[in-house]
Amino acid sequence: MTSANGSTADTAHGVGPVDKDRRYFLIGATSAVAALGVVGAAVPFVASWSPSAKARAMGAPVKIDISRLEPGQMVGPMPAWRGKPVFVMSRTAEVIERLKSPTQNLQDPQSERPMQPDSSKNAWRSTKPEIGVYLGLCTHLGCSPKYYPVVGATDWDGNWQGGFFCPCHGSVFDLAGRVYAGVPAPDNLEVPPYRYETDTVIVVGEGEGAA
Amino acid sequence: MQKETPAQGKYVRMWFDFMEWVDARFPATETFEYHMSKYYAPKNFNFWYYFGWLGIVVLIMQILTGVWLTMNYVPSGAEAFASVEYIMRDVEYGWLLRYLHSTGASFFFIVVYLHMFRGLMYGSYRKPRELLWLIGMAIFATLIVEGFFGYLLPWGNMSYWGAQVIVSLVGAIPVVGGDLMEWVRGDFLMSEITLNRFFALHVIALPLVLVILVFVHLVALHHVGSLGPDGIEIKKNKGPDGVPVDGIAFHPYYVVHDIHATVVFLFIFCVVVFYFPDGGGYFLEKPNFEMADPLKTPDHIAPVWYYTPFYAMLRAATYPLLGLDAKFWGFVVMAGAIVLPAVLPWLDRSPVKSIRYKGMWSKVMLGLFVISFVVLGYLGTIAPSPAATAVAQIGTIVYFAYFVLMPWYTRIEKTKPEPERVTS
Repeated sequence: MTSANGSTADTAHGVGPVDKDRRYFLIGATSAVAALGVVGAAVPFVASWSPSAKARAMGAPVKIDISRLEPGQMVGPMPAWRGKPVFVMSRTAEVIERLKSPTQNLQDPQSERPMQPDSSKNAWRSTKPEIGVYLGLCTHLGCSPKYYPVVGATDWDGNWQGGFFCPCHGSVFDLAGRVYAGVPAPDNLEVPPYRYETDTVIVVGEGEGAA
Repeated sequence: MQKETPAQGKYVRMWFDFMEWVDARFPATETFEYHMSKYYAPKNFNFWYYFGWLGIVVLIMQILTGVWLTMNYVPSGAEAFASVEYIMRDVEYGWLLRYLHSTGASFFFIVVYLHMFRGLMYGSYRKPRELLWLIGMAIFATLIVEGFFGYLLPWGNMSYWGAQVIVSLVGAIPVVGGDLMEWVRGDFLMSEITLNRFFALHVIALPLVLVILVFVHLVALHHVGSLGPDGIEIKKNKGPDGVPVDGIAFHPYYVVHDIHATVVFLFIFCVVVFYFPDGGGYFLEKPNFEMADPLKTPDHIAPVWYYTPFYAMLRAATYPLLGLDAKFWGFVVMAGAIVLPAVLPWLDRSPVKSIRYKGMWSKVMLGLFVISFVVLGYLGTIAPSPAATAVAQIGTIVYFAYFVLMPWYTRIEKTKPEPERVTS
């Protein structure tokens, strides 16, 4: 406070000495309440950015008919659970054998990291070895990897064993969605929760026992 | 303002009377003098001093064309792509408004990069211009985000997957990344919901922030004054009238100078708008002429050219370190590369400010920095390969070395003495 004579004084006009402790306490208390108010007022703004009821409803489980899937084929990418591309692939006996003893250098061959439901924690990363269900989004930066099932030399691997190649940053996955070592992607492709409604209908978005 | 003389005519006198009326109510003349007719800048501004003003020209152009584009653009998943085509084909002069805006985005970055390079060369960030520099860095960061949001709006396939990749970067943050990513998108995957919020941020929130920051940037500049290519303070040498002897008034001298530059700039700009609106695939990318498809990633993803140096650095991080994966470090390297120039005022320990009087090391390092920036920019546009990644890693190291080693090389090198007066 500046008094009439221009100097800083401890007295205010006609009210005696200024109690500075009291003033600082009041300023502090007002600021604290105001800060709480700002936090409270920020809640609706921040929360409105979360997925809306509509977005969550669109994320409901989806049924996929696999009755016409031939061995070695893949359906997808198709929009399924939460609008994410889903790969459903049928594997031949030969592929399943190869997956059990991978020759490639894989980051997480035993699927130790939580990228799949427990029922898919095995060499082929699925409940039934012959049918694989994966989210078609690279675990690096979310591009959709492309399916290259044929064994042989490719641009990115002279001894390709079949699998997925991501065009964005060159990450490579095997036919069980397991990521190779030395590529940007840190994890195996995610296995969404899914269950078999019948032998030929898969429900993606609901785990086993959710029926 | 000067007092009227009998020789002046009736209308001149009316004008002075009017300004007197205004000045009694609003500091019009005072403000004009402070920022224009009595704002003194070094008399030896060269080519590099055009780009601050040109940045304002482009900003105004972007706001004007942007407002007009929103009149016909529809921010919905089903209609966004078609509405851009509608603007291009059916709206009168819609193609021109759209090309002005898309070319304007690229030119905005050209102008801003050259303006920043000027700062690096002549030490525009040195004391007492630290805040001026930091405000400028805030403008740069806002511009990067503004351009990114705008790029999603045409809802082409490159828009879609480019945004998907950049939003996924947020997911690289340990622990909270996944939830944060969902919060930014407002959905489990990029969708119309994301498009809507990016639209709101692109057309309202960030332009407002940009305009305010540019205003604050100018207020800070006019407080400390322009430094000039010699890196010496003209305010230290004032004549008896209190005017710096090496300074000239911004108005009319630099106003005329900048109008000339604006005409030349607009000429070049219009050649691109009318004859090369897609900039050879660099300003508008081919996969973006196909509508967004959440199931199909384009064969080759690359951001627009002005982000590619940073994108190349993101891809250059391929090793996990300290228990955190390469993806996280890529994010750190990219964010670091963007933010690092902000601390330049505290890294440069040279006794002189301008490159003209700095020693060999500063010149070599600045040269290497520019080369690394251009090479990284090129590498960011091409498909990843082991050789390209190796070169990008070297480029990243050079880029960071320019900043990290600066406290040492600016101190040990032999500098030339700064002149007393500005040179020509």
